[in-house]
Amino acid sequence: MRGGPFILVLIAIAAAIFAFGRWLDNSYAFFVAYIVVQYIVLGTAWNILGGYTGYVNFGVTAFFAIGAYSSVVLHKLVPAMPLPAMIVVGGVMAGIVGVGTGYLTLRLRGVFFSIATLALAVVVQTLITNWDFVGGARGAYVLRPRTAPLIGGGYIEYLFLIMLGLCVIALATARAIERSSLGFGFAAIRDDEAAAEASGVPTLKLKLIATGLSGGFMGMAGAPLPFYVTYLDPSSGFSLNYAVNAIAMPLIGGTSSWLGPVVGAILVGGLQEYLRVTISSAVNVLVAGVLMVVFVIIAPQGIVGLFKRKR
Amino acid sequence: MTALLHVEGLGKRFGGFVALDGIDLEVQDGERLGLIGPNGSGKSTLVNCICGTLHNETGSVSFAGEKLDGLLAHERTRRGLGRSFQLPRPFASLSLVDNLRIPIIYAVNARSTGALSGAAIEARCLDVLSQVGLADKANRLPRDLTQIEMRKLELARAMASQPRVLIADEAMAGLSHGEVDEIIALLIRLNGQGVTVVMIEHIMRAVMEFSQRLAVLVAGKKIADGPPKDVVRDPEVVRAYLGE
Amino acid sequence: MDVSLDLLMNAVISGLLLGGFYAAVSIGVAISFGMLDIVNIAHPAFILLGSYVAFIANTVLGIDPILAAVIVLPAFYVLGMAVYQVYYVAFERRDDQSLRGLSFFFGLLFIAEVGLILVFGVDYRSVNAPYIGPSLHLILFDLPWRLLVPFLVAMVMAVGLQLFLSRTFLGRAIQAVAQDQLALQLMAANPVKIKRIAFGLSIATASLAGACLIIIQPVEPSIGREYIGRIFAICVLGGLGSFPGMIIAAMTLGIVESITATFFGPSWAPAVAFGVLLITLAVRPSGIMGR
Repeated sequence: MRGGPFILVLIAIAAAIFAFGRWLDNSYAFFVAYIVVQYIVLGTAWNILGGYTGYVNFGVTAFFAIGAYSSVVLHKLVPAMPLPAMIVVGGVMAGIVGVGTGYLTLRLRGVFFSIATLALAVVVQTLITNWDFVGGARGAYVLRPRTAPLIGGGYIEYLFLIMLGLCVIALATARAIERSSLGFGFAAIRDDEAAAEASGVPTLKLKLIATGLSGGFMGMAGAPLPFYVTYLDPSSGFSLNYAVNAIAMPLIGGTSSWLGPVVGAILVGGLQEYLRVTISSAVNVLVAGVLMVVFVIIAPQGIVGLFKRKR
Repeated sequence: MTALLHVEGLGKRFGGFVALDGIDLEVQDGERLGLIGPNGSGKSTLVNCICGTLHNETGSVSFAGEKLDGLLAHERTRRGLGRSFQLPRPFASLSLVDNLRIPIIYAVNARSTGALSGAAIEARCLDVLSQVGLADKANRLPRDLTQIEMRKLELARAMASQPRVLIADEAMAGLSHGEVDEIIALLIRLNGQGVTVVMIEHIMRAVMEFSQRLAVLVAGKKIADGPPKDVVRDPEVVRAYLGE
Repeated sequence: MDVSLDLLMNAVISGLLLGGFYAAVSIGVAISFGMLDIVNIAHPAFILLGSYVAFIANTVLGIDPILAAVIVLPAFYVLGMAVYQVYYVAFERRDDQSLRGLSFFFGLLFIAEVGLILVFGVDYRSVNAPYIGPSLHLILFDLPWRLLVPFLVAMVMAVGLQLFLSRTFLGRAIQAVAQDQLALQLMAANPVKIKRIAFGLSIATASLAGACLIIIQPVEPSIGREYIGRIFAICVLGGLGSFPGMIIAAMTLGIVESITATFFGPSWAPAVAFGVLLITLAVRPSGIMGR
């Protein structure tokens, strides 16, 4: 299926899901679905750099939080700014930080990049915790509008619609990359970077593109967060859960295709919600980590990979 | 006539170990140069420095009159320096065709002359694969190949970048008598098409058959450089191979 | 900003002592990453485990934390060997992309943190010992025993390990496996077994480091993350594979952090390590004494 028709199919599916949600008229459903779709975006973003290019980004929380906190700042400075605009700004900010970190560390071994991203998460968290304008350690309150612009109904429905739109864009981008020269370049870097470089691949440039795209999408996924939670503080905004989920879901679903993060997000996200409701909210958090370790050891190709091999 | 590839005073150290000590080497356009030397003499290090995979501390490399110092490996490949790795390094998750697609997209198409389109790229990949005898495995993954076939793939990938100079680093290690002949014939054919070939090898028969000129590297220094028949009779060369 | 000499001197002294502690914390990674090339980013999790073990021993049994750490040292050693075995079978042997190995350790880090939260909660925990509180008065300086004891423990560990690595056959085999696995095999030593022992040692150091940690400051499960940046900043700054370099780097970081905390406020301390790491990677990635 070519790129154009694929996007149309995605939009159709998204529209159908949204319409179904409207018909259900259940607020809880929207809240849960928002999280799952958010993780599809985060997982897809991570996978562009991790699965396609082979560079592990542990600093998911940094990019995600940059998006979230840029919304907090914009909301305070320009309360009338529409959410889609905030998303773009959040994405650009996170993308720039991504490229910057990459520029400093991507010329070295991949592990140094990964370690740097881990440290980056702590630093961004420290900076934000010390920044009074966004509430510092005390956190910031963001008032969620009562009704949704354009479509009416609860604001959560609007947030969900926005996230669905972001998801369509992310998935379409991932798939387009997979089939393009860029995707081949990423795969070459992942498989053998020295051989790729010797074959003419401008490895640093491509890695920076991957890092920018990956960080950017993570920032965009974080931008609506303040409106979703209404109270944003560093310990929840920078929760390690986001990082583990963003990495575990593609690893479990399968890293070699755009479908992997989708499968991973739906399965793991669904399982987590089920556990949260039936057992406890602490246990559900553990699930992603345990599953990730298990899958990484036993089934490195992920669920999608398992099916591909059977064919 | 200025040499196509000019290496001048090249030096490379790893900590306290001197791998290359002031190497001077010229490769003329269109020639077939053989490069031999005992294990550890620095042949692969020399290739890595010429192609930009490693950074040399002293000396310089010029290609077609242009100094390559500071250029990254991919930029050198785009200018026409091709090399195959001593231990094959295929792109494991890509089919053979896609393995060759990479240098075509990123080296050939990056040049200002004649970029290939989608269908033409596919055709070129298959063409190169059949030149090395791997066309029937075009859609397989590298893990399905035998060791010998991997070496052929390694050569094919270097050829796919349409180099002006191809440095083949021990491309024939472990091959049978007949397969060695195949590779020699392939490289001579390539040379006939205008590609300058530098063959780094241990298999003396191949080197003698193939080379118009022979250079010898021992312990990081070039100790001989001339017509093959003269070089193999050079007492210093004999001593290096047979010991004191 | 009142830069009084007194304040500065005290900051440098505490920084030095803190640096010693940071060396204890990083020794394990100097072995696993510096010598075995295993990126064990879960090392802080093992350290925290050591802290909580010391905590339990101290509150339930009244045992001195350092003593407790020494007692459980063998258990940590065995744990380290077990973790390496899993890592080896799942990743090293398959020669898989380092992506998987990194994710494995990241998963361990996460599971440990959440596990600790589930068992101990998010409250800060601390230990009681006679030397927490009083200080040693040396002419012009006040050296808190709270910092001095971990510093001494760290020095003992470092010297002990350095002697072990350079004087014993096993130790030299470990150094050898770091540099040339093939040569080691030719000498009829099994590299996998050597690495397993080395990794076991690496985790064993975490037991003592954990006890030191909970002596210096109260702990709660999420502080492990702060230490990843510190540990790797120290190992990279010191130069992978060099013990003396690592110790110098640890002292340097301790002093810089201490001065930052004194003059700019303690909440900026975690960012210092990252800054150091970035600068090192950008300017001299091989570190102070790197090969």
